Amino acid sequence: MTTQTRHWSHDVFAEMKARDIQTVATIPDGGLTQLLNMVVADKDMRLVTLSTEEEGVGVATGQWLGGKRAMIAMQSSGVGNCINALGIPVTMRAPCLMLVTMRGQWGEFNPWQVPMGMATRTVLEAVGVRCFPVEHAAEIGETFAAAADIAFHGRLSAAVLVSQRVIGAKGFGQK
Amino acid sequence: MTSTTKPASPAPNKIKRRPFVAELLKHRGNALVVPGLGSPTWDISAAGDQPEYLYSWGGMGLAVATALGIAMAQPDRRVLAITGDGEMMMGIGSLGVVADQAPKNLGILVLDNEHFGETGRQHGLTGARTDMCKVAEGFGIQKTMLVTEESQLGTLADLMFKQPGPTFAVAKIAITEDPWALPVKDGAAIAHRFRIAVGVEKP
Repeated sequence: MTTQTRHWSHDVFAEMKARDIQTVATIPDGGLTQLLNMVVADKDMRLVTLSTEEEGVGVATGQWLGGKRAMIAMQSSGVGNCINALGIPVTMRAPCLMLVTMRGQWGEFNPWQVPMGMATRTVLEAVGVRCFPVEHAAEIGETFAAAADIAFHGRLSAAVLVSQRVIGAKGFGQK
Repeated sequence: MTSTTKPASPAPNKIKRRPFVAELLKHRGNALVVPGLGSPTWDISAAGDQPEYLYSWGGMGLAVATALGIAMAQPDRRVLAITGDGEMMMGIGSLGVVADQAPKNLGILVLDNEHFGETGRQHGLTGARTDMCKVAEGFGIQKTMLVTEESQLGTLADLMFKQPGPTFAVAKIAITEDPWALPVKDGAAIAHRFRIAVGVEKP
């Protein structure tokens, strides 16, 4: 195994490009900064900044209805905002691909993040979304590719849940 | 402001939704239509079933966001989101997203009867104080229109289907008792025929 020489965002970005995913709808998270910057810098891609994450479900479903591929990038707290909205792609058999950076999980500093962090996978699966948790940076690219393929080829909703172990906990300067 | 006094009531809404929507849709050309769940879906269904109509039976608050996704994917095709006041208020932030993305091919029409008509005509937020045209303008959607008379239909059709978007209108509609006009309910079937009509899926 080679040592990790580049950030996992490059792996995800390469898999996005390989699959013609051109639109990323987002409420940002610190752990997504590098990926979102790559999207902004790419002339063939489009970042859609949302006011709440559930709008991303509408945007992504609409993109597929119009013949394009999109995804949502958000923090795990945003998943809670999406649950009723996810009934749309699930009922339409539309692909809804989500990249979720986890909070409230591995060494979390902020207890307010913990309830939704604990619930994220459970509520996604309850509404019909396939979840792909990933614990190690080196596996994020291939995991994202697998989730994207099951989503777009299977017309299913899928979420990659990137562990806080990868992202690191935000400590607000405290130990 | 802590006043709870209700402002004086304006004149009651006059526009009858069913004939008004049917008349508006005669101007749509090949536009794709994304209705909110409930009454707007029944309205367009009653006007005559079309595969370009993305009927909705759920996902309240997502009509404009879904229409935006379609408009971005099909920039050469006009898209009309047509929804109710309650549905628009639930997704009101999506007007900010629309303003930010600025799709030239998107029109948004709110059928505003100032009540939750589908669930028993409970009090809505747009009757006394909240002015959705001002809200849309505040978000940065520059072309807005308040429709209170059926005689404004020609101007409204031009704004929704012809003028560079994003455009936004509120039609003050009366509370009426309309028969249900329930379209196909299977979400996969609605999506399938819609994508065929758009030209991105084979029959």
